[in-house]
Amino acid sequence: MRSLVNAPKTARQGEIIEIKAMVAHPMETGYRTDAKGAPIPRNIVNRFTCTYDGEEIFSADFFPAISANPFLSFTTVATASGPITFTWTADDGATQTATVEITVT
Amino acid sequence: MTRGQRLSAWLLLAALAAPLALAGEIPRDQRRSGADFMAPETRAMQADDTANPAMLWVLEGDALWREPAGAAGQSCADCHGDTAESMRGVAARHPAFDEASGRPIDLQGRINQCRAERQSAEPFPPEDDRLLALTAYVARQSLGLPADPPDDPRLVPFQENGRHLFERRIGQLNLSCADCHDDHWGGRLGGAPIPQAHPTGYPLYRLEWQTLGSLQRRLRNCMTGVRAETPSFGAPDFVDLELYLMRRAEGLPLEAPGVRP
Amino acid sequence: MTDRNAFALGRRGVLAAGAAQILVLALPRVALARPTLEEAVRAFTGGTEVQAGGVRLDIPPLVENGNAVGVTVAVDSPMTPDDHVRRIALFNQSNPQPEVAVFRMGPRAGRAQVATRIRLATSQTVMAVAELSDGSFWSSQAKVIVTLAACIEDLS
Repeated sequence: MRSLVNAPKTARQGEIIEIKAMVAHPMETGYRTDAKGAPIPRNIVNRFTCTYDGEEIFSADFFPAISANPFLSFTTVATASGPITFTWTADDGATQTATVEITVT
Repeated sequence: MTRGQRLSAWLLLAALAAPLALAGEIPRDQRRSGADFMAPETRAMQADDTANPAMLWVLEGDALWREPAGAAGQSCADCHGDTAESMRGVAARHPAFDEASGRPIDLQGRINQCRAERQSAEPFPPEDDRLLALTAYVARQSLGLPADPPDDPRLVPFQENGRHLFERRIGQLNLSCADCHDDHWGGRLGGAPIPQAHPTGYPLYRLEWQTLGSLQRRLRNCMTGVRAETPSFGAPDFVDLELYLMRRAEGLPLEAPGVRP
Repeated sequence: MTDRNAFALGRRGVLAAGAAQILVLALPRVALARPTLEEAVRAFTGGTEVQAGGVRLDIPPLVENGNAVGVTVAVDSPMTPDDHVRRIALFNQSNPQPEVAVFRMGPRAGRAQVATRIRLATSQTVMAVAELSDGSFWSSQAKVIVTLAACIEDLS
């Protein structure tokens, strides 16, 4: 999995910032069959979490109706300088983590 | 009726019901990117690098560019350095004439050729994510530059073959590329607008594919749409067609990696 | 079945063949047994009544392709420790399963807003339900028409 996350590098204390996060994943629904008619097992990213300075600020449970290469955008209040960490977990156990550092003034 | 049959029926209907339009190539000042025909939401997806899913492949390509590969243990960067300089405009000038084969070669073909000859590595199979990633990454360095096919007289016969393929009626529906994309662009095929069929956004993320794909994959989709036999990936005819499409799009800004429905 | 056998079939045989076909068609349609949108919402709320309003669901009424439909959900909420949105869930009417996603947030979000991209198998209703910190549930729904892409791949 490769991910693409976007958050401002700097923000003022108390400012509401927008975060965008995208991860490369086919989100195989489990409802499709291959060329020979055999079912293709489900393998989706089923969970996403975002922590800011160690505390979970946002999370999501995904179902097969989330598009391939899941995209999310949400907001948080810039409270302190520190890492914002994103974690995606798939059905097959694969995980992807990304971190961005934010400086709050 | 299956989805394919329904579409085919629509196609046929559109072809029959459409008024006779003036045939011929689209004048330069009327050339428009396929993005112009998309819904605002799809255009916004392409325009925003943080929302365009194709950027995941560009990111991957950036990593692959620096990674040593093959028996030679060399990375693309070892020879070509920083892509922002060395690869700027390269996608706008492909397909280009390849001395070794005496034929045009497209950007993907060039990357695979480099891989085989310089890196002593196995060429990537068609539509391999790594090949698409490297191609998208290289093409991205030409963002906004006008399509600028080389004025090489040795390319002329291949470009003419490409034009012939574009204008030749094929398949059970007996339609040519030109029937839709020269003569009826701006019209609709079922619910979908008919664009001008320019190659300037490729490789691109097609929502229908849910992944990145090459121009050849898209051409194969069109051929399936008119129920024609599809040449295999990498067939010389495809490269000739790509060459003609690039000439036909001359002047349009490159926008790879694009997004299309 | 060859043409010859087809001619040999009587009315009963044709009916039997028809029934077999219906069965074959029905088999992959596990989706028919899926919980309804309402049932899925009830599972999310634990049976608490859902009130209409307070939630803005932004989704295009007509989309070019159902594989990636942009959705934004925003809830009227001050997002304070005392009064905030805890969860937002998305549901659909006609996909193989009704759940789309559940988002968890709190006062640190600043704004009760989330955007994502979803798959819609066909034209249908999409619903967003928000759970507030006082335990109430609010919702909004929208109808989306999904058009088909031209020139798709030969999947055979």
